[in-house]
Amino acid sequence: MIVLDGVSHAFDGRPVLADVSLTLAERRIGVVGANGSGKSTFARLLNGLVVPSAGRVLVDGIDTRRDAKAARRKVGFVFQNPDHQIVMPIVAEDLAFGLKPRGLGKAEIAARVDAALARYDLAHLRDRPVHQLSGGEKQLIALSAVLVLEPAFLVMDEPTTLLDLRNRNRLAEAVAALPQPAVVVTHDLDFITGFDRVLMIEDGRLAADGPPAEVLPFYRERMR
Amino acid sequence: MTIGLYAPGASALHRLPAGVKLGALVAASLALFAVPSTIVALASVPVAFAVYLSTGLGVPRLIRELRGPALLLGFVFVFHALAGSVEEGIAAVARFASLILLASAVTLTTPVSEMAALVERLLGPLAPLGVNPAKVGLAIALAIRFIPLIAEEYRQIREAQAARGLDRNLLALVVPLVIRTLKAADDLADAIEARGIET
Repeated sequence: MIVLDGVSHAFDGRPVLADVSLTLAERRIGVVGANGSGKSTFARLLNGLVVPSAGRVLVDGIDTRRDAKAARRKVGFVFQNPDHQIVMPIVAEDLAFGLKPRGLGKAEIAARVDAALARYDLAHLRDRPVHQLSGGEKQLIALSAVLVLEPAFLVMDEPTTLLDLRNRNRLAEAVAALPQPAVVVTHDLDFITGFDRVLMIEDGRLAADGPPAEVLPFYRERMR
Repeated sequence: MTIGLYAPGASALHRLPAGVKLGALVAASLALFAVPSTIVALASVPVAFAVYLSTGLGVPRLIRELRGPALLLGFVFVFHALAGSVEEGIAAVARFASLILLASAVTLTTPVSEMAALVERLLGPLAPLGVNPAKVGLAIALAIRFIPLIAEEYRQIREAQAARGLDRNLLALVVPLVIRTLKAADDLADAIEARGIET
């Protein structure tokens, strides 16, 4: 469970999020909002990449301000552009990268990497250079590199924006099958129609909060 | 773009530890330049070829790898032939060719993560002086990861600027490239932090 308690945030005095209090306990939560509405900041608050100017964010009771490292371990984060998320030049190396500081043995790391790749039928990409992969493959590798760390929650910031329809569908299936609760920030409204809850952010405020059948028509209306 | 990146395989060189390979490379280069004999220099070339081919990566790849250095070797030869003698030129080209082949054989059979781990170990003794070996290792891995990424960004920007007739304008190419690269670096720093690595 992730709890936001009176959270406000400003970048260099410019407010981007104002007084948001929420309890995120559903399995699938979508976040919508216009460009610059503050939804990326909202996503980054959830794993301690951004620490709020005021208020608290609690991840299973861990305050992101007090122990950002422990919070980040709990919350996996998938970015919009896998090119900017994948650190190592070879697929298997990138999956192993996040595991390295956990003090696991070489064989244990290799076994976990192989298992993570097998999950989305990506084993054949194991030793391939990342820059030769397609956009869809890269996004699945980025997701696998996060899942290999076994986070308790997943946050995704516009994960389908750069994907074609087939890869977007593949990613949607992958997300649907995840055991972890996931918060997905997106402009792809079809992606989240089957979710449990949708938050709409407007000018740094929570403008709507409810099931997709209520929030999405409202959002569509507001964007006219 | 190959830039001598790791190519997976199962050759003897692939299985050797990175430290042994790098040590042998350093020893070979010292020996090549310490021994002034042209015959030794010439004899080293087929040996280096054999080492390269033992990686199992094949001749077409070798030719691709050597296309860039070939020009450099041409300059080396002309310089030596003019400043010294043709024989010196041949010996210098042979030495450099051997080194390039051996160095390619090492980089092509060593994953970046192993190379970075080796650098971390080698820098270990400097930790008390304030050097952070893990950070240096990560920086090396990131530099190699970024080369194809920046090349791709450059290609996109050149296309976009060509579409409005600005592809010959250096500023129109460099400014967006620098901005995009800085943005990518920012995102990457976030991504590294998000994966629980201290930066």
